[in-house]
Amino acid sequence: MSASIEIRALTKRYGTTTAVSDLTFTVRPGTVTGFLGPNGAGKSTTMRMILGLDEPTSGSVLVNGRPPRAHTAPLREVGGMLDPRGVYPSRSAYHHLLALAQTSGIRRSRVDEVIDAVGLHSVAGRRAGGFSLGMGQRLGIAAALLGDPATVVLDEPVNGLDVEGIRWIRGLLHGLAAQGKTVFVSSHLMSEIAQTATHLIVIGGGRLIADTSVAEFIATAAPPPVRVRSSDQHALAGLLRSPGVTVTPAGDGSLTVAGLPAAQIGAAAADAGITVVELATEQASLEDAFVDLTQDAVEFRAPARPLAGPAFEEE
Amino acid sequence: MTATTPNPAPVPATLPAYLLSQRVTQARVLRSEWTKLRTQLSTFWALLATMILITGFGIGYSLLREARPPHGAAAIASFDPAAVSLSGMQLAQIAAGVLGVLLITSEYATGLIRTTIAAVPRRLPVLWGKAALVVAATVAASLPAAFAAFLAGQSILARRHLSVPLSQPGVARAVIGSALYLAVAGLLGLGLGALLRSTAAGIAALFGLLFAVPLVAGFLPGSWADDVSRYLPAQAGQAVTTVHPDPTTSLAPWTGFGVFCAYAAILLGLAALRVRRGDV
Repeated sequence: MSASIEIRALTKRYGTTTAVSDLTFTVRPGTVTGFLGPNGAGKSTTMRMILGLDEPTSGSVLVNGRPPRAHTAPLREVGGMLDPRGVYPSRSAYHHLLALAQTSGIRRSRVDEVIDAVGLHSVAGRRAGGFSLGMGQRLGIAAALLGDPATVVLDEPVNGLDVEGIRWIRGLLHGLAAQGKTVFVSSHLMSEIAQTATHLIVIGGGRLIADTSVAEFIATAAPPPVRVRSSDQHALAGLLRSPGVTVTPAGDGSLTVAGLPAAQIGAAAADAGITVVELATEQASLEDAFVDLTQDAVEFRAPARPLAGPAFEEE
Repeated sequence: MTATTPNPAPVPATLPAYLLSQRVTQARVLRSEWTKLRTQLSTFWALLATMILITGFGIGYSLLREARPPHGAAAIASFDPAAVSLSGMQLAQIAAGVLGVLLITSEYATGLIRTTIAAVPRRLPVLWGKAALVVAATVAASLPAAFAAFLAGQSILARRHLSVPLSQPGVARAVIGSALYLAVAGLLGLGLGALLRSTAAGIAALFGLLFAVPLVAGFLPGSWADDVSRYLPAQAGQAVTTVHPDPTTSLAPWTGFGVFCAYAAILLGLAALRVRRGDV
């Protein structure tokens, strides 16, 4: 039976609140799949249903071909880390993992192995309640990997990790995928996912927004804005303004044009006899693509305001 | 930071494969729950409190009755030296019940329950494992404490020639019955904790069941009060801790204990339904 997560028409309601609505997607083995969405999009709810903790209101979840609660050796099938992590504060990391291992008859030597692999060897005997956020994440990852599961589900695994920790977990996730495991990792940070995942499931407001590769996801996003500086900014702005095109003066005297490619802006300026001194296409980032796609689905949004780029922060 | 930043070179996971069998069984879950119980600070304190309350209060009340012995034939005839030395059980039942409540509500309070349930998705082995350990741990702590309280209490009362030997009919049963009563009080706590999922609510419900319900029953008119009271959890259960239960106000020892166990069974049954279904 191959490792995978299959979600079909999944809906979850809490009272009158719909957390997840008619969600359908498949997470395949051998790659790292990112699970992306703003806070409150339904990521954690979906992950709890994958782990058999919450019951779907309707629809189905299959993990490695079976409903999560039907597994007879669950730690072998799916290892999960949820956010927030559940540990008993006065219990040591070692005993936390030992108790978990014993449910499935996993040996003590495996507990030691996992503790070493996540780098908690020196603090394994200390009470888990005193752990830093990063150490707590490592403990959660250790728990998820205890049974050498075919499918790994991690909710916000890089939260609280330092740069070294983030690099470590990226390497770890790629290694797990290379072993043929299904790796499903949630995040609300696009830039993080861009560097970790190769496939993306994007949700917003409990609904599926995109099921695509990272490269395609960036490509399908709105064209990136163009920054332009010229001899007559006022005239150029008047020239470029049209339906579907927005021209915003940036703080340093340049204009930010959205909706027109750089070549057309240059041509328009040349036709009008305006000298262009700077013309640059901003880098399209996953962040932008994500905001474009999810802005309708975000429940609580700060009022729109122009974002200051790094170049303007010195003012 | 943009999508064009190169990925770091994939590092192979340093974790070796683990290919041994990992079937979840009730025995394995019981071992896991035992590891949790022995590494949980609150269970240690609850068990220590149970032992101290049984012995400390039992000895204290025995000393008090030594100082103020019963006067007159009727008072001496109705004096129950075993009950005096075992009176700490009245307080220890709170500690034992709280132990049961905490064993499950601490998992809900910390979120550990999600880790536990993800590892045991059939769920009920977790509840049964905890139930078995509540009984085992409470009996292990309170049986020696009950014998110690009885022996110390009788040696104090013996100075007034009020003591009763362990060999007298019903006495050993009352001592052992006290430990059994506390074990079932722990099960009531576990059932309430699993139903309510909150430490505060669980302990409040435990107090209500053991202490408030009898108070309310006391307001019933005359003979009704006795008829109803004997079937209430604490009153029924304490028949087994009494050497000579009064047949007009109390059930027979093991009948009463059976009724008390039935309350625990009903609560655990409801808890099982709640644990098995729905969200964690």
